[in-house]
Parts: sequence; structure tokens; C-alpha cells
Amino acid sequence: MADVIEVGAARGDAPPPAANAARRAASAGRTRRATPYLFLAPYLVLFGVFGLLPIILGLWLSVHQWDFQLPNRPFVGLDNYKQLFSSDSAVYGDWWESVRATVIFTVLSVPLLVVVPLGLALLLNRSFPGRTFFRAIYFAPYVLGVAVIGLLWRFLLDANLGLVNRLLGAVGLPSDTPWVTNMPWAWISLVGVTVWWTSGFNAVIYLAGLQDISPELYEAARMDGANAWQRFRNVTMPGLRPVLLFVITTTVLASANMFGQSFLITQGTPGTETRTVVWFIVEEGLRNNNAGRAAAMSIVFALMLAVVSIANFRIFRYKED
Amino acid sequence: MIQNDMSRRRLLGLGLGIGAAASLTLAGCGGGDDSASGPAAGNGGKEYTGPKVDLKLWNGFTGGDGDIFKTLVTQFNTEHQNIAVSVATYQWEDYYNKLPGAASSGNGPDIAVMHMDQLATFAARGVISELDDVAKNLELSEADFAPIVWKGGLYNNKRYGIPLDMHPLGFYYNKAVMQRAGLDPNKPPTTKDDFTAALVEFKKAGVQGFWISPFQFTGGMTFYSLLNQWGGTLFDADVAKATFNSDPAVEACTWLVDMIKQGHSPANVGQDAEYLAFKSGKNAFTFNGIWQINDLKKSPEVQWGVAPLPQIGSKKATWANSHNFTIVKQRANDANKVAGSKVFINWLSQHSLDWAKGGQIPARKAVVESAEFKALPEISALAPELEYAAFPPAAPGLGEVITTFYNSFNEAALGKKTPKQALDDGVAKANKQLEDNRKKYGS
Repeated sequence: MADVIEVGAARGDAPPPAANAARRAASAGRTRRATPYLFLAPYLVLFGVFGLLPIILGLWLSVHQWDFQLPNRPFVGLDNYKQLFSSDSAVYGDWWESVRATVIFTVLSVPLLVVVPLGLALLLNRSFPGRTFFRAIYFAPYVLGVAVIGLLWRFLLDANLGLVNRLLGAVGLPSDTPWVTNMPWAWISLVGVTVWWTSGFNAVIYLAGLQDISPELYEAARMDGANAWQRFRNVTMPGLRPVLLFVITTTVLASANMFGQSFLITQGTPGTETRTVVWFIVEEGLRNNNAGRAAAMSIVFALMLAVVSIANFRIFRYKED
Repeated sequence: MIQNDMSRRRLLGLGLGIGAAASLTLAGCGGGDDSASGPAAGNGGKEYTGPKVDLKLWNGFTGGDGDIFKTLVTQFNTEHQNIAVSVATYQWEDYYNKLPGAASSGNGPDIAVMHMDQLATFAARGVISELDDVAKNLELSEADFAPIVWKGGLYNNKRYGIPLDMHPLGFYYNKAVMQRAGLDPNKPPTTKDDFTAALVEFKKAGVQGFWISPFQFTGGMTFYSLLNQWGGTLFDADVAKATFNSDPAVEACTWLVDMIKQGHSPANVGQDAEYLAFKSGKNAFTFNGIWQINDLKKSPEVQWGVAPLPQIGSKKATWANSHNFTIVKQRANDANKVAGSKVFINWLSQHSLDWAKGGQIPARKAVVESAEFKALPEISALAPELEYAAFPPAAPGLGEVITTFYNSFNEAALGKKTPKQALDDGVAKANKQLEDNRKKYGS
């Protein structure tokens, strides 16, 4: 603070002959200060229009009973938020059921989506004939849209007509498992399909990370007599840490945002037990025209995810310490 | 799918079959009457004499019905030099999400096709205009339609929709399976006793005859039909309270769930499985929409028939809905466009026989009673259902409440809850939703 005042004072007291130079310097300073903002401008405009503005608008909506077609959109204060937390509101049960569904799916799917692709990447990082082919094969499902994989698996997993149960029956296993209509099978199906569908993506990220680890480190470890497990623990894992942080963070967020799979494969069944938060927000906001309430849900959900992500970063920072 | 009444599946399945007949009457065509064109350049739909207007029309006819619809529009355009209608087709689900936003931003259509149970919501939200003058000027009245379809276009005693058709649930029976079980394939059961007796015969022949789907399509709609057959209702007369946990409703639900317990249906039937099983002869009876007729016609190997739903409860009833034409409110209030829209609606309404070939029962009585319509055997077989079809009531915001109803049935059919428990829970939630709606729409 003191420094700033001194600088200001010095400028103010500058003798007249030096004024021109000072002004030039100040002008150069302004340009220098403006440069980063000029570079940032395109992004800032996009962020402002598509990021910041919607957030502010969302906050605004969330304190109103908002239906953009109705002439009056009364201010309701924190009512929309209160409804999410008071058990006698119409939305309370559905909201927490959807939170529960989202948590279940995230907790079940994230470990698999972190570990399975890592194993896959380690395998595909070795050199063997046909490696490129297998890399393509494992990545292939990710290319398909959720509508395609959703419909595909809904038919394959059909309890009475589906191929999965028929194959299980053919080898003498139970052939009437309700894969998509009852618990716990619905979750097993949703997690299984998601792992099948998206593992390829994380595997590619891991592969890139693995190829960034210097071969000399492995060589040195080998010379020190490290076995495969020790090499993995002490060379591969530390080398992958930033990649792992990225994969875990994005996977947690992706799983928490799951919508299409349960929308198409289980259709929320049984009852609405597999209806996720994002689906419920879409339904409230766009189908039931309760945009205010949906905005409140989005904000509460965003806060939940922020807490999880911060915790995530913390855990990894401690590991580095 | 999101278990919404407007699921696109309903219309995905909606009939296929193209063909605008050649024998079309020219009606409501803009003539050379220069003197009578007031500021509105029209008179509520009889004719349009103003300057050329371009009209946008939105619909959700994504199946083969879309082709027949487009053919009819093309014909209209050639017959009307000063009206050009262009058609945009969306999945119903997207359609209902998109329409309000598009209308309020000025990018909406002039004419919109809408299901009857959506009219109240869109009317209350100010998306669509009143059409009382159209009905009056076209001299359309209840007598021209099945009363229930005609009344369904009303909200707060004002008309918002001109009904085009109705699509009920029908009773499909697999003739080959009936023969295998020693039943007369040309005599589908019409009563509860005959129906259950037939199921016993199927069981003897190793067939689970009547699969109960837990989903809105089509188990939920079957339950809705039977609930009405038992004399129950979804809501009380003012649509203030949900009533689908009444004794008749619980009985109807129990009867369906017992189909699973008695082995006439497998448990955990998946979406569409009951229909696929029907087509492949794995079951014998299924209640499904009239829109499946054209789909079945594409499978000549399936021997099937369709009849009105058998009477299982104390009276006849069946689920049904109806497509209506509506005029979307515009920010720029162009009277010429409105007048042109009315001419189009009138014209298409009069050509609803051709529309029937897309797999719908026309709303107009004269068409239903015509020999040409009777010549469409499967579709006209379901026409008697017009008299007792149970349409969803008209109240704004009812879509989500009806979804709650279907979800309750889902829980009962999947054995998560007893029928009584599932329906009680559903009603408790539905009542809260109805209260929210009252606050919101002030009705």
C-alpha cells in the first residue's frame, strides 16, 4: 500500500521537464497492462456470454417462480431452495432420490472408469503385433452417440427377449435377470455399459501420459534392480499423477452428469430410482416449465460438485507433499 | 422416456402408409371474392382473399404419418395460390420443449399440431390463440365430432384446438397363437371371463398370453384404460385432487399385476418387449395404440387382428388422445396469416379421410360414417371406441402429474410396491403437484 502511494506521489511531484517522458512511460505501461486483456478478449467475450451471463441469469431465475411464458414471474426469495430441503414440498422426494441415484452411479462407476482404462493403457502401451488395431477397437465404442449405445443395450439387456439373458441361459446360468428394470441389476447395467462405452477415452489420455514418461527413468530403475511392480509404483504412478488428477476430476464430473444412459436404457425404472440429477433438472426446467426451481437445483448441484472437485484437488496435493 | 404423454414413441409408431387419394374435394379455397375481405382478409377459415402469406406449420409426425401429412400439405398449396404452407417436423418431445421458446422469441410457427392434453397448458401459458370464431364460421359444432373429442379442445370454455383425429388403444390378437391354443382366431374375447379363459388356454399351450409392461407404453396406458373401465378416474371433477388410489383403481391395478403373479405375463417386461413378443408369437394379446396397425401391415408373416378393448371392468373404456390444430400467438399480429391458417385448418379437417389412412380415426363424424372410411377395415374396427374413449382431462401443467401416475404403476408392475401402496404414494405426490400448479396457473 505504502509503495503505491509513494509511486503516485512521485508521479504527481514529477518536475515539468520530465513530464513528457513520464507520460510516455505511463502510456507504455497502460499498453503493457492492456495487452494480456486484449489477448484474453475473445475468450472473455465467449466466457461472459456463455459462462458468466448464464450463471448470473441462473441465480436470478432461482429466486423467482419462473415460467417465461407466463406474464407474472413473482419473486419468491429462497423458496425454490427451501423446497429442495423441506420434506413436504412436491419436489423434495424426487430431488433427493435423483441426488441419491447420481451419487450411487458416481461412486460405482468412477473407480472402474479410473482403473480399467489404466490397465488397458498399460497393456496397449506395450509393443505387440496388432497394437494399433486393439487401440482402435477399445476406443471405438466411445465414438458412438449415447442414443445408439442406449438403444443397443436396451434391447440386448431386455429381461425376456434380450441376447444377454439368452446367452446366459445357454451356458446354464439364470436367464431371467431383470437387467434394466430392477435392483441392483439396473445399476450394474448402467455402470457396465458406461465402462464399456467410455473406457477408451480415459485409456487414450493415460496412453498419452505413459508416453510422456521418460524411458531413461525405467532404465535407471531397472538397473537399480526394481521389479515390474516397483517400476509401476515408483516410476509410472508418479509420472502419471497429473494425468490421473485430470482423469479422476473429469470422470467424477462426467459420471455426476450422467443422463443419457439411464434416460434410454432403464428409463428411470424401477419407479424413478435411476433418474439422475441432470435428467431431473431437465425435466423440471424444460418439460414442467419450472425454470426457477430447476435453476435452484442446478446451483445446489454445482456447489456439490465444486466441493467434490476441491476435495479431489486437496487429496492430490497432500499426496505430493 | 421420460415418461411423458408426448413421448415421441407414440408417434414413431404412428402409422405408415402413404397415399393421398385422388378423390379429394376442393373446399375452402380462396376464391375471387374481393369485396368481403376486411382487415382480416378472411372470415374465420372459409376462404382467404388477402395478399399471399407464407405460413409455418410445426408437427411431430415423425413416422410414416409424416409423409402422408406432407402430401396433404403439398396438395393444399397447389390448390391455394395465395397461401404457402411449409412444414417442419420434430420429435414430439423436442417439439413441446421448443415451441414456447420459439413462439415467444417470434420464431415460432403459425400453425401447430398438438395433443389434446397439451392444449390447456399451452393455452394457459398464452402460446396459442382462441379459435371459437373458426368453429363458428365453419359451422363446426359438437354434432360434427364425437362429443368427447370436441369437448377436449376446450379450456376455460374457450376453444383452442380443432380436432383432427383420435388415436385410441386397441386390442391386438395374434391369430396364429390363438389357433395353436385351440381358440377361434376370428373371435377375440370381448368380456373379462372370455379373456381370462383364453389366457388359461394359452398357458396350457405354453404361452404367456398377455404381457404387462411396467412402462407408460403400453402398460401404463392399459392401466389407464382399465382404471376407467372399473369406474375410476385420475382426478376429481375439478382436477383439484388425484383419485387414482380409489378402490376401483386399486382393483384394476391389482388385476393387471395378478397377470404376472398368475404367470400370464413374465415379470420385468422391458420397453416394447410386449409388442415384439406379440409380433414373434411369444404372446397372444396386447393392448397397443392404433398407430401399430400400419407397422403390423408391414409384417405379412404375422397373422393378427385388432378389435376394441375387451370389457374387463364394469364398463367400456379405453385410453385415447387426439391431435388438434392450433394457431400460435405471434408477436407481430398479422391478421392475414391468422386468416390463412384458419383456411388451412379447415381444409385439412375436411380431408381427414386421407389422414385416416396414416393410421388415425378422423375426428369428423361424417368421415367416420363414410363408406370410404369403413373400407379401411382395421382402423374403422376401432372407431366404436370413439364413444367411450377416456381422454386426459384439460388442466394446465397436468403432464408431470400424469407422469407421476405412470410411475406409480411402474412400481406396482415391477413388484417394488403393492398396488395399493404404489398408488397411495403416487396420489400423495400428485396432490402436491396439483397444488403447485394451482399456485402457478391460478386455476
